[in-house]
Amino acid sequence: MKLHTFRIGGVHPDDHKLTAEIPTKKAELPKKAIFPLSQHIGAPAKPVVKRGDKVKVGTLIAEAGGFVSAPIFSSVSGTVEKIDNVIDATGYLKPAIIVNVDGDEWEESIDRSDKLETVESHPELTPEEIISRVKNAGVTGMGGAGFPTFIKLTPPPTTKAECVIINGVECEPYITADYRLMLEHTDEIIQGLYLLMKAVKVEKGYIGIEDNKPKAIEIFEQKTAGDPRIEIVPLKKKYPQGGEKQLVDAVINRQVPAPPAIPVNVGAIVQNVGTAFAVYQAVMKNKPLFERYTTVTGLQVKNPGNFLVRMGTTFGQLIDYCGGLPEGDNKVLAGGPMMGKSVASLDVPVCKGTNSITVLTGADAHRKKVQNCIRCGKCVSACPMGLEPYLLATLSAAQEWERLESEDVTSCISCGSCQFTCPAHRPLLDNITFGKGHVMGIIKARIAKAKAEAAKAKA
Amino acid sequence: MNFILSAVLVLGAIGLIAAVVLYACSKKFAVYEDPRIGQVQEVLPGANCGGCGFAGCADMAGALVKACDGGSLEGLLCPVGGQAVMDQVADLLGMAAANSEPLVAVVRCYGTCELRPRVAEYDGLMTCSAVNATGRGETGCGYGCLGCGDCVSACNFDAIKMNPETGLPEVDEDKCTSCGACVKACPRHIIELRKKGPKNRRVYVRCVNKDKGAVARKNCKVACIGCGKCEKVCKFDAITIENNLSYIDPNKCRLCTKCVDECPTGAIVKVNFPVRKPKPAPAAEEAKPATATATAQTTAKEEPKTVNSNDKEEAKA
Amino acid sequence: MGKLVVSLSPHAHGTDTVERNMFGVVIALIPALLVSFLYFGLGSVVVCLTSVAACMFFEWAISKYMLSQEPSLTDGSAIVTGLLLGMNLPSNLPLWIIIIGALVAIGVGKMSFGGLGHNPFNPALVGRCFLLVSFPAQMTSWPLIGQLGKYSDAVTGATPLSIMKTAIKTNDPSVLNSVPDALHLLLGNNPTGGAGTIGEVCALALILGLCFMLWRKIITWHIPVAIIATVFVFSGLLHLANPVYANPLTVILSGGLMLGAIFMATDYVTSPMTHKGQIIYGVCIGFLTVVIRNWGSYPEGMSFAILIMNGFTPLINYYVKPKRFGEVPAKK
Repeated sequence: MKLHTFRIGGVHPDDHKLTAEIPTKKAELPKKAIFPLSQHIGAPAKPVVKRGDKVKVGTLIAEAGGFVSAPIFSSVSGTVEKIDNVIDATGYLKPAIIVNVDGDEWEESIDRSDKLETVESHPELTPEEIISRVKNAGVTGMGGAGFPTFIKLTPPPTTKAECVIINGVECEPYITADYRLMLEHTDEIIQGLYLLMKAVKVEKGYIGIEDNKPKAIEIFEQKTAGDPRIEIVPLKKKYPQGGEKQLVDAVINRQVPAPPAIPVNVGAIVQNVGTAFAVYQAVMKNKPLFERYTTVTGLQVKNPGNFLVRMGTTFGQLIDYCGGLPEGDNKVLAGGPMMGKSVASLDVPVCKGTNSITVLTGADAHRKKVQNCIRCGKCVSACPMGLEPYLLATLSAAQEWERLESEDVTSCISCGSCQFTCPAHRPLLDNITFGKGHVMGIIKARIAKAKAEAAKAKA
Repeated sequence: MNFILSAVLVLGAIGLIAAVVLYACSKKFAVYEDPRIGQVQEVLPGANCGGCGFAGCADMAGALVKACDGGSLEGLLCPVGGQAVMDQVADLLGMAAANSEPLVAVVRCYGTCELRPRVAEYDGLMTCSAVNATGRGETGCGYGCLGCGDCVSACNFDAIKMNPETGLPEVDEDKCTSCGACVKACPRHIIELRKKGPKNRRVYVRCVNKDKGAVARKNCKVACIGCGKCEKVCKFDAITIENNLSYIDPNKCRLCTKCVDECPTGAIVKVNFPVRKPKPAPAAEEAKPATATATAQTTAKEEPKTVNSNDKEEAKA
Repeated sequence: MGKLVVSLSPHAHGTDTVERNMFGVVIALIPALLVSFLYFGLGSVVVCLTSVAACMFFEWAISKYMLSQEPSLTDGSAIVTGLLLGMNLPSNLPLWIIIIGALVAIGVGKMSFGGLGHNPFNPALVGRCFLLVSFPAQMTSWPLIGQLGKYSDAVTGATPLSIMKTAIKTNDPSVLNSVPDALHLLLGNNPTGGAGTIGEVCALALILGLCFMLWRKIITWHIPVAIIATVFVFSGLLHLANPVYANPLTVILSGGLMLGAIFMATDYVTSPMTHKGQIIYGVCIGFLTVVIRNWGSYPEGMSFAILIMNGFTPLINYYVKPKRFGEVPAKK
């Protein structure tokens, strides 16, 4: 059988899936849990608790702060110590709720049994009901970016969803959290997919899994064998297959046009396996999003593993549990080595989007010496968006914003393939990210100005 | 002989035809431009720095002429040429120039390598904007100078330089034209254009850290901790504290320097004041950035206005 | 405990390096080099060694004393330039000419533009063409193969290309009979002894090098295939129209075409970035080569064709863009 993959570019980083066969453990409860108010894309959540309040596991502690926003739930029981600024994974001080942990008391409304609830047995769940439960449970994309899920489930009226694609690709090196979740909670993920399909009223679901996870492909194929609505799509291993647009291209062979188009413009709604699982728990078990699968890994980490982590647990605690930071210089990443963010402090908490804590040690922690660009064009071949990274980087450094825009810098998905492949170790993505940010700012200002003028013309 | 004659004739004919064509074109395609725009542009410094908010000196000249037709030059200022140039422009256009005071860029951070310990190591593209994108950068302070010199490369007048010892930029007051390029370039908004002040004397808070006192102090020994002592000691209501950070309003400050002595961390500094007896540590340190201007201070005994016109001429030269 | 390091993503890096690519090219040149030692003996060893040594020396000296940069000898680019320059010269060339060629190649062709990555023209070809127009007599006397012990005193003869040129000039197809057949050209053991530059005698060795570079993903197939195919098709058409033009198979196997198409035109710095651009570039080189070979005053046009197209590379880069993701309308 021919394996599908996306059509343009891509690179092949070393897999390093050290923890693939290590079953998931429950991480210890933290002594103090930290809940940053902006764990998702959009407006920060608004706290609804104050100092001294008692909270239980699953208590709402912050409500959505706008339309594009998501509520936050406590993952521990205890007392709210304070609402203060703490460092989150972006490296800046952001407001957060800090809870002192005391025992482990859950909200009664949460169904803690392991019984599998199927969609067939709950005909009372209408699409609207599913979406509202997902929204109220604070479910956001679990793959890293953290876009509130309910927004993806209510696509703009001009578009029509045709299928739901579950992202089980996990193309980043090192990370195995999604893989473990797929093996350990196959049924729940499939039910989650049914829920998502019902919510967006489509009859077709795909699950895309890379061929370096044969066990996951096998188990999903077994469990969905009787249902023609769901198709398991084995994909050829290539980074960045887990990118939304690349995945849509690989699975249903359609390319999402340039921004501001989103996958639903070509009829696809993409959700991570972790999100499908969270949707299942939110809808069927009434369990809001407060814990997640996270991999703690690194070549030099003594006991790497996969953990079911209560959000708010600090990186430091998890790393200590795995044997502490190795000797020498370390780079600690929230996420994998391709798109993860390096943190400058170990007091950063695990958030909704933290799929991995990756520790790179010694030489891996440092960049290599930058040489002259030899114009080999390998970055152009590697770019999955068909851009010219060498050119974009040069233009960014020269601050040629107009030319940058005309070279489609806004299509860049920051996957890092260009910099990965560059033989001269040039900081291509550093430059491009800077240029892209600036150009986005210019475009936003332009739109705002046009809107203001249109409003003026109307008045 | 014939040879020379034909050469002269041919070349002469080509020249003549070209002259006719050029003349015809210049008449035919001439675009009318207010002659005053050209005159104003001559007076402007010609640095095209964009400090006035226009795309360049030609644009600024156009705006000035337009404003003159509108009746007032208010709000238009060439920060490079300062008041002197604006006076000249006003003369030219037969207008009264709006009054404005000379400004200078000040760097509001003194987190040197010793005073602000490094907690992490940055590895990558060496520009402030890139470091800023990684979060707090190498130190614990999320507000202070990143030290990669985006302001230095932004300056068209060679007026700002990195001091390799402190890792911080230093402004050469004589060369600074207050065009504001560095202010825009700094991703952390550390640099402020402040009034030059009488005899170049200024008092300001050399910190922009908005963290709570204890956090700020832990990350940097000379951080403003927002204690409010300066606010209390100020008799002129010039000091306000917002978000754990003190700010001195240059319009209200009378340069009494009481706050400087009061500040427990040495975050408030005075520059270009005559050095008195050897004083406590912060005072000694603050003399450093003033060295560049020490000479200017001794020679410039006139009013700041004239000092500024000298500056302008230097910039022009 | 060490420090925590922060930087922007990506944090992983592939194993590809500039050195790997440059030394990969050197390895790919080894078969051709060995064959040339076998055919030309002492002469080719002397010429290649001199050229490499001179290029490395000039690179080191210029970057150190004139540009006050850290000498970048370790990246291997000077070795590649030196080798390619050497392989583009006849094996009886006097040492002083080789050294002048190396100086022009490195000094004018490369360092004057700022070193590796900034040169618009292939440095080795700049050196070769400079020598070709400055010392035409020495640069177009080709020693016959098999004179292993001789250097500047080697007996010279006509190359296959000059025979082809004579056929066209005299309009006599029978001249072409003395051009060796394709198999001999492929192996390089020309029975009449006529040869050419050090690197171009054996097409098979060069193709081996191409396979190696393709396997190590140092280059892609686009440029060499585009050039060779264009030359084949174009000269094939000419041959059909008028038999005075040589058989296309002998055309692609003779002269510097293989060396140029595989090693010179594929130079990273001076070739287009996109695959589409590379094909356009290759087709133009192939076309120009046939034009110069058949109707120009030099029997060989490869180096000029490549240099001309080097000049067009920035233009190709500007106009030929890769296909952006999502540009294709979705299949309905």
